[in-house]
Amino acid sequence: MTSFIKEFSKGIVTSNPIFVLALGLCPALAVSDRLEKAVWMSLGVLFVLLCSNIIISAIRKYVPNIMRIPVFIVIIATFVTIISLVFEAFVPAIFDALGIYLSLIVVNCIILGRAEAFASKNSVKDSIADALGITAGFAVALIIISLIREILGTGGLAWGDTAIFTLPVLGDHPLTVLALNPGAFLVIGLLLALFRWVGVTKNE
Amino acid sequence: MSDLIAIFLGMALINNFILVQFLGLCPFFGVSKKLGNAVSMGLAVTFVMVIASIVTWIITRYVLIPFDVLYMSTVIFILVIASLVQIIEMFIMRTNYALYSAFGIYLALITTNCAVLGVTLINNIQKSYSFPESMAAALGGGIGFTLVLAIMSGIRERLELADTPKSMKGLPVAFMVGMLLALAFSGFGGII
Repeated sequence: MTSFIKEFSKGIVTSNPIFVLALGLCPALAVSDRLEKAVWMSLGVLFVLLCSNIIISAIRKYVPNIMRIPVFIVIIATFVTIISLVFEAFVPAIFDALGIYLSLIVVNCIILGRAEAFASKNSVKDSIADALGITAGFAVALIIISLIREILGTGGLAWGDTAIFTLPVLGDHPLTVLALNPGAFLVIGLLLALFRWVGVTKNE
Repeated sequence: MSDLIAIFLGMALINNFILVQFLGLCPFFGVSKKLGNAVSMGLAVTFVMVIASIVTWIITRYVLIPFDVLYMSTVIFILVIASLVQIIEMFIMRTNYALYSAFGIYLALITTNCAVLGVTLINNIQKSYSFPESMAAALGGGIGFTLVLAIMSGIRERLELADTPKSMKGLPVAFMVGMLLALAFSGFGGII
């Protein structure tokens, strides 16, 4: 049980995929303008990473070494196709909002990186813990970024069509640039610098 | 013809892969420290994008649509791109070794570059482009990608010498430069 907790907690802080390893940045920038998109994207990554880690660690002894990368990619692409079809059927508005970024989970370095670096060498149980921890780290990062961008960039917070709250002054004069493309670079860059400054992550 | 120019410019400048669509950020932050490397990487990506667009267009038109299996596009496209990159790598290694030693290491990285899978998905699934249109989109996307990579590497060569605060060194300051470039490129928004 201790190894399970160890593998889980490492993904959130010491090897947070976005803030420490700087992997999977494309979705982190692209879908972090609204909290709702960030949450659904994290759920998609959770499903794909969990399933692919389980399958890859279960078959790790039967896959010839030279064929492992193509095998991993096909397994990952299969689960991405499944989650895209599920999103399209049950949450079509989210499917449209995420666009090609849902399909692009296939080439997300986090997923293939975990398959190659962890699941292909460890037991199924540890791989589940690893998948949960890394996804939790990814989700925490994405939610922090999207909260900042949505609250300051639109002056409030909304889920679907219902507004959760609106800020008094910013609601009328939001800092729109934060919700647009340059804002993604700005917020993530400042957060990276902040985490280095307070010492959560190491300087280069 | 003017449609094709509009698609080309749209993909190169207005919907730039790196700054607007956030695709292919790994080479943007990783490779772009030297101008020469950045241009080589950009040209290799452009080349693979064009070839991948040709092959995936044929597959979409004559296999996926007739058999009504468009939902398999992600799996098929990633396999096509991975095997194409392998074939191109072997072909270049046999025919032109000087070119291989210049491009070789970048080709292997391209398989997991989201810009290549992105352009095939945009061309075939999202926009359902015709053949000339998807060529214009692939070429425009690749050239826009190379352009931004080259600009970024020039700035980063100068940044190496600048006295940046300790916590901002490396990746954070690269994000700041990305922000300024994205702001500048948003000025292209109205040209078409």
